[in-house]
Amino acid sequence: MTENVRDAGYDDLLDAIEAGEGFYLRCANGHGSLPPRRACPHCGTQALEQEPLPESGEIETYTVVHVATPEFAEDTPYVTAVVNFGPVRLTGQVRGIDPEDVSTGLVVGVGVEQTATMGERLLIFRPR
Amino acid sequence: MTTVRVAGVGLTPFGVQPERTARDLFAEAGLAAIADSGVDRDDIEALLYGNFMGELAEHQGHQGPLMAEAVGLDVPATRFEAACASSGVALRQAVKNIRNGEADVLLVGGAERMNNLGTAGATEALAIAADDLYEVRAGMTFPGAYALMARAYFDEFGGTREDLAAIAVKNHDNALPNEYAQFRKTITVEQALSAPMIASPLGLFDACPITDGASAAVLVSEDYAKRHDIEATVAVTGTGQGGDKMALQDRGDLATSPAADKAAKQAYEDAGIGPKDVDVAEVHDCFTIAEVLAIESLGFFERGEGITAARDGKTTRSGSLPVNLSGGLKAKGHPVGATGTAQLVEMTKLLRGDHARSDAIPGASVGVCHNAGGTVGSAVVHVLEVVA
Ligand SMILES: [Zn+2]
Repeated sequence: MTENVRDAGYDDLLDAIEAGEGFYLRCANGHGSLPPRRACPHCGTQALEQEPLPESGEIETYTVVHVATPEFAEDTPYVTAVVNFGPVRLTGQVRGIDPEDVSTGLVVGVGVEQTATMGERLLIFRPR
Repeated sequence: MTTVRVAGVGLTPFGVQPERTARDLFAEAGLAAIADSGVDRDDIEALLYGNFMGELAEHQGHQGPLMAEAVGLDVPATRFEAACASSGVALRQAVKNIRNGEADVLLVGGAERMNNLGTAGATEALAIAADDLYEVRAGMTFPGAYALMARAYFDEFGGTREDLAAIAVKNHDNALPNEYAQFRKTITVEQALSAPMIASPLGLFDACPITDGASAAVLVSEDYAKRHDIEATVAVTGTGQGGDKMALQDRGDLATSPAADKAAKQAYEDAGIGPKDVDVAEVHDCFTIAEVLAIESLGFFERGEGITAARDGKTTRSGSLPVNLSGGLKAKGHPVGATGTAQLVEMTKLLRGDHARSDAIPGASVGVCHNAGGTVGSAVVHVLEVVA
């Protein structure tokens, strides 16, 4: 990761989620995607609008990671999940529940917290 | 359009050899391929070379010219990168260049040095085949990504860890006589199931090892082979490539690999064959679940039926369609940038009849190689046929 340089779009989204104002991008044809985008990845249209991210989503698939990269060495074991929010999916870590109790279909909300190893921001999901 | 023939192939042993530089590895494979081909080295017109993590592994970019130099060639050389499909896309480009008449003799191959990074370093280097912003920063690893697909597959179609273990057992068994393979020992389903978890539901024995190695092949045009009396009975008759969204979260479905569907369809149409015509396949089994996705994308099995193919003996040596007779990435090893052309090497030998496992497929004339990049954001499929 590049030090001290923001990633436009991505860091804006994390800021917004931290402020409780998460959003996604919707194209003129109704496809959802995540920033930064200049074109819809599904149809190529360049008319993209910010829409509020739904309050909660459902875990679509997940894994308990035991062998991590050095940046996450002290975070293990952790749960990485793909969560379906309807118009978009988000990938992040599930916290606030024993990893053994995580299941597909579990309803979660999204937030921003720090990794244990490096103190970097990341998307997290907590049951709600 | 000319037929593209495989004149010669070469491999290094695959395994843990952290002290060997990629240039040394590729020199061994490249020189072996040239020697096997019978081609005058001065006739080689270019090198098309695959490598993924050279910058991270040995602080080396711009590997094309370096690798041409390593095999003693003064020719244009270009590196292709598509994660674990890097040499697969190099191969596809070489086939196209010979077909369109731009070249008659090309050296294609790949190399990867990984073990000098250690397990943590290699895990980190592999992870960058995923989307940095939305996957890597969430702690997604390469095994973790395939674990997400495995869970999605189980949820959609069913399947168990025992089914996956049968794939690992099969591929280890296939590798036994392969002198180039990293693992040449059998394992049991029980051992696979009791191995430590890497990323649930995938354990240590569901994963390919970290491998150093290189592979290469000399491809020639039909006309060149005839003019120079080159014996090359195997031809690349079909090529296809498909793409998909980079991040899993942006895919339509997490339990299938549409990029491979597209690559397979294109390669079959190109060769004028269908999945039923295929006698043998080498597929990208970086994780056991990857073999399942591959054999379904290739049309050998319906969706949801690939998971039990190994357990039921359909893809074993004595089955109707042997898959990964080389041992696959799982047991032969996966030096990522070298894997695509390593599959070409293994399949060529299988069809020529000089592979340690050729006995399993007497009279086989059609083989397919399937090479995937990342979480199948890239896929390349090639059809090989005995043309005599
Ligand atoms: Zn759209």
